[in-house]
Order: sequence, then structure tokens, then C-alpha cells
Amino acid sequence: MYEVEYQRAKTVADAAALLAKTGGKPLAGGQSLIAAMKLRLAQPGTLVDLSGIADLQGIRREGDALVIGAMTRHADIASSTEVKRAIPALAALAEGIGDRQVRNMGTLGGALANNDPAADWPAAVLALNATVVTGKRRLAAGDFFKGMYETALAADEIITAVSFPSPRKAAYAKFPNPASRFALVGVFVAQLADGSVRVAVTGAAPAVFRATGIEAALAKRFTADAAKAVKVDASGLNADLHATAAYRAHLVSVMASRAVAACG
Amino acid sequence: MGANETGIIGQSVRRKEDARFLTGAGQYTDDVTLPNQTHAYFLRSPHAHAKIRSIDTSKAKAAPGVVAVYTGADLEGVNGLPCGWLITSVDGTPMKEPPHPVLAKGKVRYVGDHVALVVAETRSQAKDASELIEVDYDVLPAVVNPVDALKPGAPQIHDEAPGNKCYTWSIGDKAAVDAAFAKAAHVTKLDLVNNRLIPNAIEPRAAVASYSRADESYTLYVTSQNPHVERLLMTAFVLGLPEHKLRVIAPDVGGGFGSKIYLYAEETAMVWASKRVNRPIKWAAERSESFVSDAHGRDHVTHAELALDKDGKFLAMRVRTTAAMGAYLSTFASCIPTILYATLLAGQYTTPAIHCEVTAVFTNTAPVDAYRGAGRPEATYVVERIVREAGVEMGIAQDEIRRRNFIRSFPYQTPVALNYDIGDYDQTLAGANELADVKGFPARRAEAAKRGKLRGLGYASYIEACGLAPSNVAGALGARAGLFEAGQVRVHPTGSVTVFTGSHSHGQGHETTFAQIVASKLGIPIENVDIVHGDTGRVLFGMGTYGSRSLAVGGTAIVKALDKVVAKGKKIAAHLLEAAETDIEFEDGKFSVAGTDRSKTFGEIALTAYVPHNYPLDKLEPGLDETAFYDPTNFTYPAGTHICEVEIDPDTGVVDIAGFSACDDFGNIINPMIVEGQVHGGLAQGIGQALLESCVYDPESGQLLTGSYMDYAMPRADDMPSFKVSTRVTPCTHNPLGAKGCGEAGAIGSPAALMNAVLDALAPLGVKHLDMPASPQRVWHAIQSAKAAA
Repeated sequence: MYEVEYQRAKTVADAAALLAKTGGKPLAGGQSLIAAMKLRLAQPGTLVDLSGIADLQGIRREGDALVIGAMTRHADIASSTEVKRAIPALAALAEGIGDRQVRNMGTLGGALANNDPAADWPAAVLALNATVVTGKRRLAAGDFFKGMYETALAADEIITAVSFPSPRKAAYAKFPNPASRFALVGVFVAQLADGSVRVAVTGAAPAVFRATGIEAALAKRFTADAAKAVKVDASGLNADLHATAAYRAHLVSVMASRAVAACG
Repeated sequence: MGANETGIIGQSVRRKEDARFLTGAGQYTDDVTLPNQTHAYFLRSPHAHAKIRSIDTSKAKAAPGVVAVYTGADLEGVNGLPCGWLITSVDGTPMKEPPHPVLAKGKVRYVGDHVALVVAETRSQAKDASELIEVDYDVLPAVVNPVDALKPGAPQIHDEAPGNKCYTWSIGDKAAVDAAFAKAAHVTKLDLVNNRLIPNAIEPRAAVASYSRADESYTLYVTSQNPHVERLLMTAFVLGLPEHKLRVIAPDVGGGFGSKIYLYAEETAMVWASKRVNRPIKWAAERSESFVSDAHGRDHVTHAELALDKDGKFLAMRVRTTAAMGAYLSTFASCIPTILYATLLAGQYTTPAIHCEVTAVFTNTAPVDAYRGAGRPEATYVVERIVREAGVEMGIAQDEIRRRNFIRSFPYQTPVALNYDIGDYDQTLAGANELADVKGFPARRAEAAKRGKLRGLGYASYIEACGLAPSNVAGALGARAGLFEAGQVRVHPTGSVTVFTGSHSHGQGHETTFAQIVASKLGIPIENVDIVHGDTGRVLFGMGTYGSRSLAVGGTAIVKALDKVVAKGKKIAAHLLEAAETDIEFEDGKFSVAGTDRSKTFGEIALTAYVPHNYPLDKLEPGLDETAFYDPTNFTYPAGTHICEVEIDPDTGVVDIAGFSACDDFGNIINPMIVEGQVHGGLAQGIGQALLESCVYDPESGQLLTGSYMDYAMPRADDMPSFKVSTRVTPCTHNPLGAKGCGEAGAIGSPAALMNAVLDALAPLGVKHLDMPASPQRVWHAIQSAKAAA
């Protein structure tokens, strides 16, 4: 790791000001950033630690929505009775992230801001049509994710919370990469309050995307077989050591059907 | 064991070393901190193959905290790293041994090759400074696959090895094999890849080197499985130092699996540099460095053919293997795919004629050397895969085709040099069948089919040659070192005992197993016995631990020394008891006059040896400290049958291990718990190879694509089933312990058992072949290809 300045912000405004002043990087749980720094692949001059900002913590209900503070750790989401009551699929997703150490440090906001192509949270946010709240604005999920490791966030913009509207049904099914255990393919299926179906896929492409073919099939018939019968186009999907694009395309249908089955 | 040794032999005594490991009191190399120490960082090649036009270290030398920077040009008078085994090609020429420079000279030949050593006040400063070294590379085309490396026009890695060929070696009677094939009723043919593996010991390699001006001596702490061999090679072959001026200490070592047998560039350069900077130098590999620079394992491409008569009796086997050596010859690289591989191709079977030809090839990759099993897993994989295939093709059940060919008469001379002393392969096969409930398999398969799952059962009946080895035999086969072991038993005046062994424990539990032998033999509490290993300054000599040799060879050396202690004790007792020496018996810690109640305890004899007031000083030296060297007369031959049961999800290609049963014959067992642990570890490693692990270099750039755990699939606890293991015993006939060795067996039998199970599960879909690892995508694609072909 190269030498780095460390700053601890007390408020969101404070953090934004420090980021603007130093050109540094915000530090959430550090589960991607610190690892990249240890490998000397990232060299931020300054880290602005967000863990001391009280406004970024907490899980609460706001009407029909479940609002989770950006600095809430995966482990806290996984064990939250509030989350388990409102949207149990989110607790289950959080429980399946990384390992215990990662879950005890990693945060919802950090994962979204990083937008790793194989991260789990983007699939949930996109499928549930959640709203990403920042220090400056509210962004619909569809407007937030821009591409591989890219989001709509400005350099000094900080995610404060995510507002998840309660769906009728939702579930996440992940096929882990045999080496990293990140999602080789992860599919989040949601039937929203208005009855519409959204299916978001992570791990399979450069960034999270909606599987519209499966959505259409499930809108007609919300069954595991309906999802499995959809043949997903492999073009544009990732191909690497662990999976060809054709295999990933196949897994999208299989994991979608398993998510539907898990919806009960 | 003799009748008079009782008590704790054969007991699952809790490991003496566990308390210190579990409470963080272990002392590993990276725990060693010497006064005034500096830190090393190695600049490594980012290219798989490149000429070095120039290296400019001036900026690095001026960087904060830098003490020194060295490149290959500085290592004047330092020789290359040696290879310890000479293999002679079929044309009578010696293998090609291109120089293996400690720091690159003129060329780099793999990603991770050592370019420069930076010594600085801190680890970070050394690493920072390494980034200021300017190396002007002329990048050359690279070749990473051993078959590609032999093709005409392949990039030439060493001038000394035309066509990248190190040697072509063969064993067996080719004419007899050809004749047997000509009259065979059935011939089975198979092409196999034995996937390349990265060892991944939990403790990365590390070293601390220091120099003392006072007596012009060096001390090296290093993660080594064999410190005396390390010292011998480093001083006599590379640095030209007097052997007695280097002390090598391998303290607690966190796993080796072969990867810590070898003399590596890092510690060699550091010992050399420690005198130049006149300060201690410390280095510990980052995990990323381990991936690129530890010696890798396996990497074979093989074509095999088995000739059978109409009843499924094996008539002959023909094997042709291309084996990667990597960019340079590592310490024992050359003997792995030859002496430790082709000699095992008889397996447990009476195959009368076998011929194997092995071509060893240089590639632009990390060096390849022994990895748990070292040649024997590769041999077992060939034999057991082709035996399965033959059984399937001829419609003979998997256990039956094995039984029809088992060796049952011992000693048995194989057509590939080895002479098996003893075994009972029917017994271990039957044991495995029972553990695996093979009778119930058809019902389980039918039940799985109802759930849409494919269930399969696979066998591997393996043999290994352990207890390396008779030195004269090894020497005749090209070994440049002896393969005996040394042991010393020092009895202290109060009767407690310190044992010095040339074996090295890095997870094997020697401190307990060896202490059990000593406590039992001398009739003293195990608490009164300490085992010292891993220090050339304390242990007289040793060849180290590898090839499952510690108990059979190192343990026997201790037994021989114990015999001398008892013999001397009898002389002392005879004097004290005023009896003839021949009338003295030693049992349960007491020397007695036969047929009387007159006796002296072991403690009394020990005290007398050191306080020799009433002592036969005219005939006997005082003291009780005995040494023995033991050179085995044969290899030992552990063997057994492993049965794997898998269930495959055809939707995803995921292979779930439904059961794994291993019935092994390791000869006599001192500590069953430790043996079971060794089997579990070996199975996990073999299953890792078959299901998950694969080292992949980019065929174009030669970059290591699996350079971290993000892409290299290490097995984890939840990848493993709950193993069912049992043992049968045919005691080894040629060592007093009757022990054969158990460290590698799990890794030797399991890959073939697992792959055979996968193929059995997929057979109904028409899948005929699969290479390791049976990853989900490979299995899924194999299913799709079979469907498309149907």
C-alpha cells in the first residue's frame, strides 16, 4: 500500500467538503478499496472515512418503503428483524455476501457506489426499483447504474440511504464463481406492489441489467418453469476463465427460475 | 514393533504441538526479528519472456531508506541454482540443464522471475524503491503449454535446450509391449491432461538471513522442509561457502506440500547480500508473489493405451507423457515425471509389460516440481482413468475389473523397476466397498434421478512408492543426494530425553508421533520426550520431509538410535546388577536380570551414565547419547481404494460430492488420529485438483491468469463431504516400525476416484471424456456437446 492521508468525516456535508478539497476517495467498509490499495492498484491521496457519520446509519420504515442507511453493514441487514419482516429477500441476499469478515465491514452504500459487475446489491436495487438517496438528490435505480464500476455519482457525492419499496414477492438466487464466490450469475426477481415483474441480473454482464425477456414471461405466468423456458441471448455477456457467455446466459434462466421458486 | 513395546503406540495421543499453534505461540520465520534488521523486496519480471537490454537502479538506490540494490550483474561468482537429479535421455545424453540464475542475467523467462533485490529499512520502502528501477525489456513471444513448446517454431526459451526439450526418457520393454498389443482382444485409448496446480501453503515462503563478522558465519531462518539439504545446496553448489559456516533454521513451518523442499532464489540472494550489507535481511512473500514464484505442480499431457485379453486381464500398457518443467529446473523437477511417475504405472495390477516415454519441456512459466504425491498422483490418474474406461468398454464392473488384475503374490517385481514388498489389495477394495455402501448405490441413483439429478460412483485403487529411498538405488537412477535419515537420542542425567531428527514437521505432527515411539520404547512418560527438528545447528544431519518418508525413514533412524541407547543401558545395568549383559532384559522402563526381581529403572541407568561412580569406565564411555543413520533397503508401498459418489445437477453442471470413502493400508500406525488428519488433508487436496483448482497462464502473453483467490479456486471446507476413512494393515517388511507412510495417499487416490464418479454420472447422457477440474462450466458444456452429438 502506498502512503495515504486519512480523514474522518462527521457529517455528509463535511465529507463532501473534504472530498472536494482533497480530491480523495470516500471510505465506506473498504472491502474493495482497501484490497485494491494493498495491491497498489488504487492510490488515493486521501481517504475520507464515512463510518463516523450518524446520518448514514440505521434501518427504518417510511410508509411502504424500507429505508436502509448507506453505511449499514451487510451483517446488520442480514440480521435485522425489520428487514426480515419487510423484504426478507434483502436479508437473505446480505447473508450471502462474501464471508463473515466481509459482511461485518462491507456496507450497502459502499457496494452500490463501487458497482462491481459481480456485486449482489445492484441486482436488488434494480429489481425492486429502489431509490438511491445521495447528499444532493434522489436517483431511481434505473438512472443510478451506468456501466462497469460506473454510477451516476459525482466525485464528491455520497449515498446516504436506499429506499426499497416493499414488493409483493421477491427473491435472489446466486450462482457463485467457484474461486471468488462472487456472483458468476445472480438474479433478483421481484413482483412489485403494482403487480409488475422486474428481473435484474448481476455477474453476467459488464454491469447489472434487467432481463426483459424473463420479465415478460413472468408477467404472463409467475412460475419457475416460465422463467426457465426463456432462452437468454448470450451476446454482450461476460466470458472468462470461469464461464463462457453461453453458460452464463443459460444460468440466467436457471437462477431466475430458482429465484421464482424461492418467492413461494 | 517388538512385543515389549506397549502403551501409547497405536493411540490417538493429542498433538503435543497443538497448544502452541492454537494459542499463537508458534514461531514462524516471519516471527523472527533480529536486531538492526533490514527488509528485502524482489523486483519480478512482468513479462513471460523478454531480453533485458539494461537495468538502471540509480533512482532506487537514492530512494528513502534504501540500503542496497542488487541485480544479476552484481552476483559475480555466484552459481545458478542446481537440480538434484540427473535424468539421462533415451539417446544417452544427459538432460539439458540451462543456467538458473539467482537474479536474472540478460533474460527473464517467466512472469515472476527475479530481476533485482532491494534492501531497505522497511518493507514498504523496499517495495517503493523497486518501482523506481528502470528495466528496459525487449519482449519476446512466450509459450506456456508444454505441447505447444515442442512444436516447430515455438519460442526458444534457453539456448542450451534446443526445441525447449529437457530430456526424453523412457522405461520398460517396448518390444514386449508392442507384442502384447498385437495379440490383444481389446485396446483402450485415452488422452488426459493433468492440470497444473499452485501449492498455496497457508504460510507464504519467508526468510531471514544474517551474517556474523565475528566468526564469518551466516544464519538463515527459512520456510524449508529440509534445512540440511538447503544448506548443502546453497553453500556447496551456489555460493561457494564453507558448509559449516551456514546455519539453516526452519522453525515452525505452516505447510509445505512439496513447495518448500526446494532451494529458491530469494533466500540464496539474501544470504549472499547479508554479508554485503552486514545487517540481517528479512523477506516474506506476499500471497501474490507465492502464486507466481512458488514451484507449481503436475502439468502433464498424456496419451495412454491399455491392452486387455478377452477376460479383461491387462496385457500391456503404453504411456506417452509430455511434462512441463517451467522456465528453469527446480531442485527435484526432473525426477518427478520420471522416477516418481512412470515407475508407478503398474498400480496394483499384474500388467506384465509397460512402456512409458516422458518428454520434459521448458515453458515460460514458474518452475514445476513435486507437489503432494509428486508423480504418483499423475500415475494413479492415468492408470485408474484408463482402467475405468476399459471396464466400461468391456462391460466389466468397476470393482471386478480391478480384482481380476490385482497382484496377490509378494514380493512382486513390476515391469517398471519397483519391487512391492507386501500388500493386500482385495482387503482395501472390500473395505472401501463396505464404507461406501456400494450395494445401496443403485437405489440412491434411482432416487436422485427422480429429483432430476445424475448420480455416479467412481473407484481408484492406488499405489504409491514412499519412504524415499534406498540411496544406492536412487543414485543409480540419477539422484545427486543420499536419501537416508538421521536420528539422535540424547538421554539427560535425570532420564528425560531430547530427540534430534532430520525429518521436518510442517503440519505432520512429528513431535507427537516420534515422541510416542520414544516413550513407548523407553517406558517413560511422553511428557519427558521432546523432539527437535529443523535446525542444522542442533540436528546432526537430515534429508528432510517429503514423499511420505518421515515415519518410515526418519522414525526408523530414531528406533535404531533407541536400540543403541537400550544396548548401552543393558551394559550399565549389567554392571550395577552384577549380572551378565546377556541376562539383562529391558521392559516397561526397567532393566532386570532375567528370572529375578533385581532391576534398575531407566532413570537410574541414565543417572549412572552421567554420574559414573560405580561404572565400568575401563570398558564403557560415560554418557547416554546415541546416533543412527538409516538408509532404507526398499521403498514402502502404501496402497488402498478410494470410492467417490457424486450427484450432478444437469441444469448448472455443479458436482456435489455425495460421499467419499477411503480404505488405506499404511502399514502399522503409531497415531490413528494424526493419520486420519493426514488422509483428510490429502483428500481435500486431491478433490481440490479434480473439482476446483487449475493454474492458467494466458497462451499469448504468458501472464498468470489465476494469480489470486479471485480466479484460483482453492477448496474450502464446504466443498468437502464428511469423509469416511478406514485402514487395513499389512506391515512393511523392511523397516522395524512396519510403517509405510500416509501423507500423500489422499491426494493420490482421490482425483481419479472423483473424475471416474463424474464420468459415471454423465455416462447416460453420452459424455465420454472430461479433464480436471470438473468445474460447473466444463461439466455443463460436456453435457451440451453430448446432447448436440446425440
